[in-house]
Amino acid sequence: MSGKVKVATTSLAGCFGCHMSFLDIDERLIALSELVEFDRTPITDIKEVGPCDIGLIEGGVCNAENVEVLKEFRRNCRILVAMGACAINGGIPAMRNSFDLKECLEESYVHGVGVEDPQIPSDTEIPLLLNKVHPIHEVVKIDYFLPGCPPPADTIWTFFEQLLNNQPVEFTYRQIHYD
Amino acid sequence: MIRHFTLDGKKIPFREGQTIMEAAQDAGIYIPHLCYNPEFVPHGSCRVCTVKANGRIVASCTTPATEEMQVENETEELQGNRRELLQMLFVEGNHVCPGCEKSGACQLQAVAYYTGMLAPEFTYFYPMRTVDSSHPDVAIDYNRCILCELCVRASRDEDGKNIFSIDGRGINTHLTVNSASGKLGDTDFDVHDKAAQVCPVGAILPKHEGYNIPIGQRLYDRKPISVVGDVADHQEE
Repeated sequence: MSGKVKVATTSLAGCFGCHMSFLDIDERLIALSELVEFDRTPITDIKEVGPCDIGLIEGGVCNAENVEVLKEFRRNCRILVAMGACAINGGIPAMRNSFDLKECLEESYVHGVGVEDPQIPSDTEIPLLLNKVHPIHEVVKIDYFLPGCPPPADTIWTFFEQLLNNQPVEFTYRQIHYD
Repeated sequence: MIRHFTLDGKKIPFREGQTIMEAAQDAGIYIPHLCYNPEFVPHGSCRVCTVKANGRIVASCTTPATEEMQVENETEELQGNRRELLQMLFVEGNHVCPGCEKSGACQLQAVAYYTGMLAPEFTYFYPMRTVDSSHPDVAIDYNRCILCELCVRASRDEDGKNIFSIDGRGINTHLTVNSASGKLGDTDFDVHDKAAQVCPVGAILPKHEGYNIPIGQRLYDRKPISVVGDVADHQEE
């Protein structure tokens, strides 16, 4: 790879916890910034993803926009990574899969505590919800998986360190957990 | 005369009638497993304990050891097979580890960690399953049941109550409770029953304990299952 490695990140149906864990690599961010350049991420606030070497995806897909962004990342990123439990298996948002979408919407917008003028939002600006929440590997091909809710900072750091040094990505026992 | 077989190149002694699993355990060698518990008749259903014996793929918990048998256990091929079996178990149920109070002390998780599984990678079924909280002391979360049948065996063979059974076929196979209502609260199930102590996952859970042990300090948070042992071995603590 010539020059700096280009990295993009995004959070789909996630809570930004994985991004917080990424920031938890602390002063190693300085070392990382010597090696990588950030494209679209919540840190740079760039809205459109351009051609990148690595894309990190947090969160599963729960609406039409998530699917669009995910496919855009896949088109642009040479290596696409599922970061965290929600990207890997839908996670907490996927717990709504035990209910009909209608039931979920009614619970929030019709029968919810303190709701005035109950109605289900249908503005064209709002992305349509999918019937179920899905892990991202059901939509696009994923090259690496980083488990955890969130993945520990050390796991994320090890991943970058090994990948950028062209080593096989391997984790120690304590770097792998699903919770 | 003590007889021997070979496990990953190591000579393992065994007694007549012992399975590969039993002899390996006596020798202190870990073979991953979920539905096996030395206190009960082997069920041979989870297949996670699959080994290669004289070149054939067999469940080590049900296959008797024989003289000079050549057994492979910790090979990349077998670990890969086990990983795929575990991935299938994960996508067939609703295993939301971050939201499960058994997380960190769950044998399904621990065996998956042991085999190096990073993600289930298959398409999720997201089956519609329920939670039975009708019993005052124990809850059943059917989302997490892996059909190992340990509660069935414990209730039938040790408690003498026959409270559980497995019903249905294929993806619809499920655990049922033998009461007219199908609710655990309508049986004579007791939190001290053996059947309440053997669940390897978070399907049969004692109430009121939840997060007594914080995440990070749980059974498998620091050391792998090959060192720590099964969930059932630690239930009395």
